[in-house]
Amino acid sequence: MRVSKATKIVTYLLCVVLSFYFLFPFIWMILTAVKSEGEIFTYPPKFFPDTWRFHNFIDAWNAQPFGRFTWNSVLVTVWTTAGQVVSASLAAYGFARYQFRGKKFLFSILLATMMLPWDVTMIPQYMEFNLLGWIDTLKPLIIPALFGSAYYIYLMRQFLESMPNDFAESAKIDGANEFQIYSRIYMPMMKPCIILVCVLNMITVWNDYLGPLVFTNTQSKYTLAVGLAAFKGVHSTDIIPIMCISILMCIPPVVAFFIEQKNIIEGISGGVKG
Amino acid sequence: MKAKRKMNSRFAPYLFILPYFIGVLLFTAGPLVMSFIMSFFDWPVIGDPVFTGMGNYIELFTKDSQFYDSMAITFKFSAIFVPLTIVLSLALALLISRQLKGISLFRVVFYLPTVVSSVSISIIWGWILNKEYGILNYMLSLLGVSGPDWLNSRKWALVALIIVSGWTVGTMMLVFYTALKGISTEIYEAARIDGSGEFRTFFQITLPLISPTMQFNIVTSFISALQNLSLVMLLTKGGPMKSTYMYGLFVYNNAFQKSRLGYASASAWVMFVIILLLTSLIFKSSDRWVFNQVTSKEERR
Repeated sequence: MRVSKATKIVTYLLCVVLSFYFLFPFIWMILTAVKSEGEIFTYPPKFFPDTWRFHNFIDAWNAQPFGRFTWNSVLVTVWTTAGQVVSASLAAYGFARYQFRGKKFLFSILLATMMLPWDVTMIPQYMEFNLLGWIDTLKPLIIPALFGSAYYIYLMRQFLESMPNDFAESAKIDGANEFQIYSRIYMPMMKPCIILVCVLNMITVWNDYLGPLVFTNTQSKYTLAVGLAAFKGVHSTDIIPIMCISILMCIPPVVAFFIEQKNIIEGISGGVKG
Repeated sequence: MKAKRKMNSRFAPYLFILPYFIGVLLFTAGPLVMSFIMSFFDWPVIGDPVFTGMGNYIELFTKDSQFYDSMAITFKFSAIFVPLTIVLSLALALLISRQLKGISLFRVVFYLPTVVSSVSISIIWGWILNKEYGILNYMLSLLGVSGPDWLNSRKWALVALIIVSGWTVGTMMLVFYTALKGISTEIYEAARIDGSGEFRTFFQITLPLISPTMQFNIVTSFISALQNLSLVMLLTKGGPMKSTYMYGLFVYNNAFQKSRLGYASASAWVMFVIILLLTSLIFKSSDRWVFNQVTSKEERR
C-alpha cells in the first residue's frame, strides 16, 4: 500500500508521542535508581543524577535476602517451564494428530479452563495444598504447572496442525511406535513453538505475584515478586533500593521478550485468529 | 502384531492427553466443584464448617453494603477502562500496522510494559504518581495545573489505577494488529480507487471487518477489570477510604483477611456468573453490530 508523505509524518509523530507513555516510566525508574537520596527528594525533580551511583544496586541487593528470593523464583520458573514443555506438548500432540471419541468435548473443557477466574478456584486450592502439607513450600507454584496449561496446549496444537502428516506415515512404516513418532519426529520440528512457550511461561511465572503471596508465608520461601513487594511494604520510603531491585527483576523477562520478540508478536496474534 | 498396533493407536491419543486432564481434575475441576459446595457453608479456616444453605448469598445481596460498593467501583472502573483501552489499543494497532520503516521498533516499545511484573509496575508508577516528588505532577505544574495526590485521594485513586492499568494494553493491541493484518490490501485498493478518504475507509471498511476482534477485546478487557486484583493490592490496597476496593479485592479479603472461606466462595461465584452472563450478552448483542462475512454472503445469495 502506498502511504502519502503527510500520513507518514503523522504516523511517526503519533508513535513518538505515544512512546512517551510506554517508555518514559522505564527511563524514570533507571534514572531514579542511580541517584542519591538527596537528589530524589527535591522539588522540582532533578532529571539526571550528578554521578551515576551504580553502587546503589549492590546496597539494595544486600538489604534483604534477595539472593534467596531470586533462587526461589529461578527454581519455580525452571521447573514449571520444563513441565509445561513436556505435558503441554503431549496434550497438544494428542489433540492435533488424532481423531478420537470425545475429542470435541475434551477440547472444549480445555478452552473453558482458560475462561475460569482464579478467584473461584483459589480457596479450595489453598485448602487442598494445606491438606497435602504444601503450604509454605514452592510445591503449589510448581506441581500444578507440571500437568500443562491450556493456553500453551492451544498454541502448540495450532502449530502442530499446520504440519504435514507424511513424516508420521513414513515413520510408522519404519516401525516407530506412537510415542517415538512424537518424541523423535515432531518434538524436534516443534522447536520454534517450544521456545515460544518457554519464554511466555518464564515471563508469566517469574512475574507472578498472587500465587506465591497466597501459598507462601515465611520469608525464606518468598519469590522475588513477593519479596520485593514485602520490602516495599515495610520500607516504603527507601525508593532507591526498591527501584534497583525492581530493575533487576525486570531484566530477565525483558531480555527473554527481546530474544523471542518476533515470535511472541506473531505467536500471540496467531493464537486468537478468527 | 498388526492387531497390537491398532490397539496402540486407539488408546494413544488418550494417553497423550492424560497428564493434562489429571491436572485439570486435581487443580481445576475438583476445586471448582468444591468451591461451589463451600459457598453454601459457613466455612472458617479453623473449626468445623456449618451448612447455611443460601445464607452466604442472602447476606451478600441483602446485608453486605461492601458488596454493592465494590460492584459499583468495579463497574465505574470498567466504564472508563474498557472504552479507553479499546480506543488506545486500536489506535496503536493502526499505527504499527502501517508498513513504514522502523515501525517494528514501536511495536516492541508499545508491547514492552506487558512483560513487566505487577510489582514493578506498581513501584514505577507509585513513584511517578507521588504527590510531592512525582514527575507527573511536576509536568502538570509546567502546564499550570496543580496535580492531585493521586493515590491518596478518594477522587483520583481510581483514575490513577486506570492510567496504570492502561499501561499494559499491548496484548489487546496485538490482537487488533493481527485482525488488521488479515484484511487484504485489495479491499483498500478498491476503496482508494472509488475515492474513499482515510476516515471513510476506516469507518466503513476497517471497523466492520475487525468487529469480531473488537467483541473479543471488549469481553476480555471487561473480564480483566472484574478480576483486577494484584495491581489494586499493590498500588492502593483498596484505599483511600475503600474508594478503589474493587470486587477482586473484596473476594480476596473475605477469604484471606477475614478467613470466611464459604462467604468468599459465594462472592467468587457471583463474579463468575456475572462474567458468564456479560460474555454471552456481548456475544448475543453482537449479532446486530458484528460484521460477519459468512452471513452477509448468504444474504447476498
